[in-house]
Amino acid sequence: MTTISAAEPTRRDFLFVATGAATAVGAAATLVPLIAQMNPDASTIAAGAPIEVDLTPIAEGQIIKVFWRSKPIYISHRSKKEIEEAQSVPLGDLPDPQPDQARVKPGHDQWLVVIGICTHLGCIPLAHQGDYDGWFCPCHGSQYDTSGRIRRGPAPANLPLPPYAFLSDGKIQIG
Amino acid sequence: MSGSSTDKTHGTSDLKAWPYNLKREDGSPYEPPTYKPPNAILRWFEDRLPIMGLSYTAGVSYPTPRNLNYWWTFGGILTFMLVVQIVTGVVLVMHYIPEAGMAFNSVEHIMRDVNYGWLLRYLHSNGASMFFLAGYIHMFRGMYYGSYKAPREVLWILGVIIYLLMMATGFMGYVLPWGQMSYWAATVITNLFSAIPVVGDAIVTWLWGGYSVGGPTLTRFFSLHYLLPFAIAAVVVLHIWALHVVGQNNPTGVDPQTEKDTVAFTPYATIKDGFFIGLFAILYAWFVFYIPNFLGHADNYIQANPAVTPPHIVPEWYYLPFYAILRSIPNKLLGVIALFASIVILAFLPWLDTSRVKSARYRPLYRQFFWLFVVTCVLLGWLGSKPPEGGYVIMSRLLTAWYFIHFIIVLPLLGLIEQPKPVPRSLSEAALKGGKAAFLIALAFGTAALIGTPQRVAAQQQGEVQPPRNTWSFAGPFGKFDRGQLQRGFKVYHDVCQTCHSLALLSFRNLGEEGGPEFSAAEVTAIAAEYKVKDGPNDQGDMFERPGRPADHFPPPFPNEQAARFANGGSLPPDMSVLAKARQYERGFPWFVIDAFIPYQELGADYMVALLKGYAPTPAGMTMPSGMQYNTYFPGHAIGMPPPLSDGVVTYTDGAPQTVDQYAKDVAAFLMWAAEPTLEARKRIGFEVMIFLVVLSGLLYFTKKKVWHDIEKPRELARGQDPKTTTM
Repeated sequence: MTTISAAEPTRRDFLFVATGAATAVGAAATLVPLIAQMNPDASTIAAGAPIEVDLTPIAEGQIIKVFWRSKPIYISHRSKKEIEEAQSVPLGDLPDPQPDQARVKPGHDQWLVVIGICTHLGCIPLAHQGDYDGWFCPCHGSQYDTSGRIRRGPAPANLPLPPYAFLSDGKIQIG
Repeated sequence: MSGSSTDKTHGTSDLKAWPYNLKREDGSPYEPPTYKPPNAILRWFEDRLPIMGLSYTAGVSYPTPRNLNYWWTFGGILTFMLVVQIVTGVVLVMHYIPEAGMAFNSVEHIMRDVNYGWLLRYLHSNGASMFFLAGYIHMFRGMYYGSYKAPREVLWILGVIIYLLMMATGFMGYVLPWGQMSYWAATVITNLFSAIPVVGDAIVTWLWGGYSVGGPTLTRFFSLHYLLPFAIAAVVVLHIWALHVVGQNNPTGVDPQTEKDTVAFTPYATIKDGFFIGLFAILYAWFVFYIPNFLGHADNYIQANPAVTPPHIVPEWYYLPFYAILRSIPNKLLGVIALFASIVILAFLPWLDTSRVKSARYRPLYRQFFWLFVVTCVLLGWLGSKPPEGGYVIMSRLLTAWYFIHFIIVLPLLGLIEQPKPVPRSLSEAALKGGKAAFLIALAFGTAALIGTPQRVAAQQQGEVQPPRNTWSFAGPFGKFDRGQLQRGFKVYHDVCQTCHSLALLSFRNLGEEGGPEFSAAEVTAIAAEYKVKDGPNDQGDMFERPGRPADHFPPPFPNEQAARFANGGSLPPDMSVLAKARQYERGFPWFVIDAFIPYQELGADYMVALLKGYAPTPAGMTMPSGMQYNTYFPGHAIGMPPPLSDGVVTYTDGAPQTVDQYAKDVAAFLMWAAEPTLEARKRIGFEVMIFLVVLSGLLYFTKKKVWHDIEKPRELARGQDPKTTTM
């Protein structure tokens, strides 16, 4: 009997652990579809394809709003003054230091393309408002400059840049 | 510190916690162990909410008779299925839109675009069938072993209430996809209430929220379909509570008397239930992954149309016996009364059965009548799927009569005249024998009941020619589409079908997705650009046309139904998105059973090939309406579509023969993919799940053997056997 009691527990333990492990694996695998179903579905992803925007109708000093992936994208046709303001700010004065050159495409200084979502809590800032000629968020008072950089208020970071490229001087593709 | 925390009864409730009046071997009362909080923190909590103690006494130390057979695992299986249905249902609701104009397409959106949406929906739709299957086995088990008799009457009636709620829930859920069967099932079932004298019509209008089944009906059914499962869960709690008060019945029908007659619920019953849940999951997975539409109706892949009733409407298989009872009575009101009476009578079973012996094991006559009753139910189910004509009606009436005679005459009389076999005085005295054969017979009947399902659509009259079967690369458990065939099939659709037929549920991007024709991204973009898609409004407020993009849906050939009919001599060319699943033909017995096992689900594709090649001269003596063509395989034979294909009409570049036969097969394969774009993923994941479930069930089986070995060993020792020689 002693040999049985010595041998039995190991075999039994192995069986119990294997069964428990298999059940756990099955339960975990079951969670995959239950969780994945909440991610964007195929039609939503397909609808998020790149969009093209014609820049020619946008006058100097004008800011337009387009939508890409259900997000507002601000396209600002900046005036000389606005470009100068953006370029002349000492980086040390910025909460999230980033030179203006890093926020526009080379040779296209007059075009600023930013995602119009405040980096604080997601409201849409108003264009051409605030103390820095840029954007002012009405929710909690964050202020952005003509380069879309945070200057004052609770927002921690600059307005993010969407992926985009110039197809020609008068046309960009966002996405 | 209050004195109560040191009271020795803390953590137990005042309610009767234990069933039976169990004794120890020395004759003193036996009480199973209760929960002892292992530390001060848990004791503090337990004194305020004794939930651990409740879980322990209800789920661990609760004594169950040691001689329960596998029929007793179906309560656990039902709990499992209820959880599956609620979880998958809650998830589906995240994507489903309960609006008459969008419901059908939102279900297809789930099937096509939502991540694993096809899996969740097939789990839910087949889960309903599995739920009812387990429910019927559970109910028949209760009838066989007399589990409804004193003191379990309330337990049984709660079960009948659960069953009624299940029927209501299942029915309303079936309405939600808003297909043709959904719509007409809703119409027929709600019209049952119109049989009520005086107020019937007012009640039906109230149920509909309109003058017919429509948008308001759908929305309220959706609301109730979401609510009722939680009501079921609540009654299940009462059901289990009642069970824990009176204790489980067992195959002998004699209550356990000593501690040794019982085993603790955990691990013994838990692992036994777990093993059978594993086996049941294999059956469930077979349906979900290999024959997901077998228990459904092809017509439900046609969007609800208030103007056209399908030629042969039948309910889901689990309502068929009651449907047969309804139709067997020639009077409207009496038919409805018979239908409801056939269910309500179950609640009176504890008093209709006058025998004091519970288990059919010791009731030789009742045992025969029980099986006769099972056969009656199965046959009624089969008759419910048949058209109400000729011999079927006579059989339905005889069996309906027997259904009620069984309850009202046979059961009360049997208790008076039957001479039961001697009932053992205790469980230990009852030798374990028999049961095996009954198990197998019942399993055979259960299978027959399951597959004796409604067949199938397409108004096929007796003696019609059946479409010949083809060899499809995508048939069977490992089937895959032939990419070349799908690409050729698309070309046939593109060059021929799309002149009249829309493909509204598909987007161009689908053509490039895995598991489909798998055109390259450049080819998809080029195909999309060929089409003109309506967009807008532009900055001037005008709608405009632009070249299609991969994300766009296939634009329809006609702006609306009226335009389509006008251009096609009054006939409406159906949308082709789910056509391959919406068309079927009657396979007949035993072929539809064999199809479930092979598995073969390609009837729609076979039908399409046959139809495309089935044009023939109008037989003598038959007049065709003007503009109609004779087709051997079209229901009614008069089809509005002229023969669409002829040799050489589509140019293939891959060297495949340019014949009508090849075109028909290719376009049928393409439409099968269009209807079921996740077919390959389904079969692939299905194989993985099957392997896993077989391994898991094997492990559960051996674990169960190990766990129960402890219980069985003492008895073997008493017989003088060495425990080592027993099988593991």
